[in-house]
Amino acid sequence: MTTTTPKKSPNIGAIVIITIAIGLNLVIAKMMANWSYSWFPPQASSAAPYVDDLFALETGIGSFIFFGCTGFMGWVLLFNRAGKYDESDGAPIEGNTKLEITWTIIPLVTVFLIATYSMNVNMKLQTLGPKHKYAIGTDPTVLIAKDPKADVGPIDVIARQWSWEFVYPNGVRSSELHLPVDQRVNFRLISEDVLHSFFVPAFRLKQDIIPGSIISYSLTPTKEGRFRLRDAMFSGAYFSQNQTNVVVESEATYTNWLKTTADQPLQPGLDPGRALYDRRLARGDKGWATVPPAPPPQVNDPGDPSIPHDA
Amino acid sequence: MTITNYDPRILKAPHPVPGAPDNWKRFFSFNTDAKVIGIQYIVTSLFFLLVGGLLAMIVRGELLTPPADLVDPTVYNGLYTMHGTVMLFLFLFPILNGFNNLLIPTMIGAPDMAFPRLNAAAFWLVPVFATVLMGSFFAPGGPASSGWWSYPPMSLQNPLGHFINGQFLWILAVALSGISSIMGAVNFVTTIIRMRAPGMGFFKMPIFIWTAWAAQTIQLIGLPPLTGGAVMLLFDLSFGTSFFRPEGGGDPVLFQHFFWFYSHPAVYVLVLPVFGIFSELFPVYARKPLFGYKFVAIASFGITFLSMIVWAHHMFYTGTPNWMRHIFMFTTMLIAVPTGVKVFAWLGTLWRGNLRLNTPMLFCLGGLFNFIFAGITGVMLATVPIDIHVGNTAFVVAHFHYVIFNTIGLGVFAGIYHWFPKFTGRMYYEGLGKVHFVLTFIGATLNWLPLHWAGLLGMPRRVASYDPEFAIWNVLGSIGAFMLGVASIPFILNMVSSWARGPQAPPNPWRAIGLEWLLPSPPPAENFQDDIPTVINEPYGYGLGRPLVEDEEFYVRRSQEA
Repeated sequence: MTTTTPKKSPNIGAIVIITIAIGLNLVIAKMMANWSYSWFPPQASSAAPYVDDLFALETGIGSFIFFGCTGFMGWVLLFNRAGKYDESDGAPIEGNTKLEITWTIIPLVTVFLIATYSMNVNMKLQTLGPKHKYAIGTDPTVLIAKDPKADVGPIDVIARQWSWEFVYPNGVRSSELHLPVDQRVNFRLISEDVLHSFFVPAFRLKQDIIPGSIISYSLTPTKEGRFRLRDAMFSGAYFSQNQTNVVVESEATYTNWLKTTADQPLQPGLDPGRALYDRRLARGDKGWATVPPAPPPQVNDPGDPSIPHDA
Repeated sequence: MTITNYDPRILKAPHPVPGAPDNWKRFFSFNTDAKVIGIQYIVTSLFFLLVGGLLAMIVRGELLTPPADLVDPTVYNGLYTMHGTVMLFLFLFPILNGFNNLLIPTMIGAPDMAFPRLNAAAFWLVPVFATVLMGSFFAPGGPASSGWWSYPPMSLQNPLGHFINGQFLWILAVALSGISSIMGAVNFVTTIIRMRAPGMGFFKMPIFIWTAWAAQTIQLIGLPPLTGGAVMLLFDLSFGTSFFRPEGGGDPVLFQHFFWFYSHPAVYVLVLPVFGIFSELFPVYARKPLFGYKFVAIASFGITFLSMIVWAHHMFYTGTPNWMRHIFMFTTMLIAVPTGVKVFAWLGTLWRGNLRLNTPMLFCLGGLFNFIFAGITGVMLATVPIDIHVGNTAFVVAHFHYVIFNTIGLGVFAGIYHWFPKFTGRMYYEGLGKVHFVLTFIGATLNWLPLHWAGLLGMPRRVASYDPEFAIWNVLGSIGAFMLGVASIPFILNMVSSWARGPQAPPNPWRAIGLEWLLPSPPPAENFQDDIPTVINEPYGYGLGRPLVEDEEFYVRRSQEA
């Protein structure tokens, strides 16, 4: 990176400059790593701190490499420019085997360490459970046992073109996902049409939902608030509308919500693609072809999308 | 030395084809001269760069504001799908095949490609599948709109039920593109192995030849599985089979394996020749030998090998079990090693050089700058827990474009400027070139740097609308995109006016070392004809005072007299 060609005798000036440059670069790298925490939404699940720490680590290492290499380029551009009529050649250095082996080994060891560390972090997340294939039309939920470590669930997450439906163990159905804080929740991810993805940025978690497969997925919210749940796997015409909120609340509020909602009658839930589809029909069905939106899910609590979300 | 110095292995190509025109008309004919085919590829693909760029600007126009208000979301989906498809299959693959055609025979001293007719046929498939793809805009229901991945079951939905639909034409065009690429790959690999000038052992080949070989090897290995996957997708779409349809017991995830087994290495097919361009240009404009030639050469095949075993990093969140995620995380991160070797070698080449900052060098330096950045975000994406958050968000879009445009695109422009005098016989205008560079570099940075933050905050990719908190990043991105559109104006002006009436180019305007620079500008048909030079030294002997070939003065004199 900022190493120079080897010299016969130690060049004090060069050593001083390189030491200062590396020191400065380390400081900048550390500052970038610290800054990187502010690039994320708030940490709202037990997975989020792991992801943010890992990202900060890689931002630090990456910044050191980036500013090292580009700083070197800047140096060369400042001091190794040819004059206007200078047609002479540069120093005829063909290579340096020791240096080349060094810059093969150091990245090798670095990525090996990063990968090993990331593997250990990944093992701590413990989100993905078993995945079972089933024939469409049959009930997949019988195939999967509840995550034994989960406190709540299983909650069925049903993704459609283009709406979300959540079914709780007591039979309550909702359009927004209500979760108690600090409890491990188990989901069964189900899609009946195309690929979708369960993505809550504040949780730093994402899992594709695959038609014909049921996937057991668990996570632990750690912060109360309303967080965006976004479909992150392209699912057709109104894909970008296919979002809802996750409402993380205290255990008492959650239990109370479950109880009172169970008494609510079923009504059409959130159907975010519908408005655009109706507008399209009103304009004479112009545009390119799309399947019509699935009928809105019948839920006990349709939620209120007008309440602003926290992240 | 005028005695014929001819390696009997070299096949003499049947050129000129009797009756082939020798004027501008040859560019519109089934010409078998690799230099004509190279220009055909490059001009065609630059046209489609404009088409793809126009589609991108509509996409960025839609994303200028949070709601979906510029075009209908279905139209938006079709536009971004076609943007990606056009840019990959009609701009990047063809333009790099254009470079292969121009540079492989001239750099290794071959008279032409090993199979000139196959070569011409491979090119003429490009307008064929371009027509199919562009025609899909007029198909009932519009063009394909399931993204350039065409993941089933979304890509199989066919809402109107017509047999001929956008997705059908899309698969057809991609399959034809694959056939064209395989024809090209067979040709390039054969030519490199069989038709090198006498004395040019593998470790005397220019790095561009190494990277082209490494890249085309990927094509030969990777394209058959993709084509197989595409055929199955076509059968599912048109003939009711259930390879990927869950209703019939198929597995949609299986397609993703077929797709990424080729389409991840495909990025290396594109980036490797650009590494070759960097490796050619840095020594010329730094006036120094390439630092660690052998390491750089071998690293190319290191990338080829690793590229074959990384594909599932696109599928970390599809339900891939942990053991598999971890294997693919390790292999993906390992790619940083051979690419790092190359980056450090380029930096070593610049060190204590005598840098000349003309347009090609500026594009190279800009491309290298961006590539270092892209490499770092690439390692982040390979990290499973980070990818689970940023995968399928604008962060990936930003990273991908940092590779595909900010590195590959800039490298392609560097190559165009650098070899423009050689193959057109005219000099380009330096001032316009620099304006093009400045607009491109600023526009590209403004376009994709901010999108990293949008992705980290959780903005999914491929959306037609987004929550207002992402607006600032998208406004900046859109301004950058429009700036890139403006950047094409000085480029087009420069290319057209220089080619038409630029000053005559000398055979070697950059005082570069390489067989192609021992030819007149433009090189005659069959390049060195019967008098192929014997290579006696490694390439890039800048400042070493050693000749590249036997009797170099003779070739220099001959190129100047032509």
